Amino acid sequence: MDTPFQIVVCAGLVPDPLQTLEPAAGPAGPVLKNEMMLPLVIDPWAAHALFEAAALAKRFPGSKVWLVSLAPRAKLQQVMMTVAQKAAFELVALDSPAGGFTESAEIAAEIAAAIERLPGIDKSRLLVFGGWESASRGTGTTLQTVGERLGIFEQFQGVDRLDMAPDGAFQVIERIEGGRHQASACSGLPAVFGWATGELPEPPNNPQIGMANMRTVMPALNRARPVKIANEGLSFARVTAPNQRRDTKIIKDMAPGQIAREIVDWIGPEQ
Amino acid sequence: METILFLAHTEADGSLCRAALESLGAARTLAAALPDCRLVAGLVGGDVRAAADAIAGCGAVRILGVSGAPFAVSRYFTDAEAATALGRASGASVVVAPATSRWNRALAGAAHRLGGRIDAHATAIGAADGSPAVTRWYYRQRLEAVVCRKLRPWFILLDPGCAQPWTGPSGAAAIESVEVAPSTASKTTVVGVRSPQADLQTIRPDAKLLFVAGAGWTKVQPDGKAHGRDAEELILNFLRRTKASLGSTKSLVDLSGEGQAILGFMTHMNQVGQTGSTPRHAKGLATCCHGEEPHTVGWRFVTERRAVNLNPNCGWAQGKADVLYVADAFAVMREVEALLGARARTP
Repeated sequence: MDTPFQIVVCAGLVPDPLQTLEPAAGPAGPVLKNEMMLPLVIDPWAAHALFEAAALAKRFPGSKVWLVSLAPRAKLQQVMMTVAQKAAFELVALDSPAGGFTESAEIAAEIAAAIERLPGIDKSRLLVFGGWESASRGTGTTLQTVGERLGIFEQFQGVDRLDMAPDGAFQVIERIEGGRHQASACSGLPAVFGWATGELPEPPNNPQIGMANMRTVMPALNRARPVKIANEGLSFARVTAPNQRRDTKIIKDMAPGQIAREIVDWIGPEQ
Repeated sequence: METILFLAHTEADGSLCRAALESLGAARTLAAALPDCRLVAGLVGGDVRAAADAIAGCGAVRILGVSGAPFAVSRYFTDAEAATALGRASGASVVVAPATSRWNRALAGAAHRLGGRIDAHATAIGAADGSPAVTRWYYRQRLEAVVCRKLRPWFILLDPGCAQPWTGPSGAAAIESVEVAPSTASKTTVVGVRSPQADLQTIRPDAKLLFVAGAGWTKVQPDGKAHGRDAEELILNFLRRTKASLGSTKSLVDLSGEGQAILGFMTHMNQVGQTGSTPRHAKGLATCCHGEEPHTVGWRFVTERRAVNLNPNCGWAQGKADVLYVADAFAVMREVEALLGARARTP
């Protein structure tokens, strides 16, 4: 008999990549200027993790996907309007500002505690998913700490593919240096997977999935547990948006052959 | 007084990679900048003898090692155990390690077990008011911050290419062996490494040149047709001749990912930018790339940048490149190919 898996996807929210960000001083440390006004999206790599989780759950009927998200509740509600149409899940909301300038270890503690509180959680069937890095803090350290707190020591980062067997054994490939992958085999769960891009395209919006999800999303948002991140012992000496502008020399009306010669000379001798 | 642990793993041949030597250089510089600071080295690998001998002259007061077959491979379970044991044995308050895929995976776990904190993707490590200060990017290279911490041990993963590698005399190192005895066995077996076929190996982190291909290569050309095959041939020939690394914009990678016959060798691993990588190369040549700030961070750490694009106002180039050639990339790259071919044939 197939094992129904329990898949917990950890995903934060990040500013839309098209937004220009400026730092500002907040009462407890640096924040983003007009942070509450910025449009947010689900963290891109965590989104891939969610799509992979949904696909896995579909392959093994009876499996369940939770989406644990630590973010401002109002923003979470906005983002859920689109995300909830992409994949079937049950939302677990934690209400916190949770910008980039927050302590990864403290975030991990809150997420791990939320996973421990899930009703009927069975670690022998548990897969913890997330992005291998966030697009806010970008440390790539939160999931590992979540795993440690849950006592999960089979961990994989930069995952691009996961092949699960019905008994919980699996094969996984992780990104390593030089455009290569490391392949590993693991004999059983639980395990933590920090996803890179994976191999699945973004699923199209499915209003039926959206309707089903929203029945649980709104109560979950109403129940969202307020979380305070203290950033113990962490301080920022400086936060800046560096000026990256270069004085670009624009060359028009030059023949391709001449441009090519310039480029080849600039590249220099063989590498 | 800080105790700095330089923490590295060996490569398959027992050596230390360049990123490790860069971290050693940064650890030494930090140790020199802090008062009453001592440097300890910790090595993990199947056999750490060669690596320890190679850094015998680095000035570390102790060289600790975790050796054995389980530690020859890159695996969270064993690596976190080894790093924790070395952190504990060294009494380190600061751990400086290279941001390799192996340490990126494992060291957050070690920091947690030791009650410490970790900052990954550091781009500089300095000293401020007698304490370490780490520079790193936030929000995918859009904001830069200098981080200070009171909690110890503080693990710092230094990105490759951000410090001068240590060079110095080798010697016969006195290795203090640190025993690691996990209470259970790992369920994970490393099966191997999958590399692209030699012809399709397009990601070369050590290359001097990054070639960035944009979605413009796939667009309909003046003759009313798209020329994906021509683009593929031109780009691959250029990469073969220059040994450049290939980057791509998100739009082009997405097109390839959707199964469109665009550039068969392109994968998400080539993607540069906010949701891709931010590689460090001496030179970068962007062709047919379009997009604004979020995407151009992909070549923020490229020192010299040139671009070929038909649009003189292109966001990839204006204010981002040193030189923008307003021209048809197909025509230019054909000429480049001819010149490189001629150069190769010249004895």
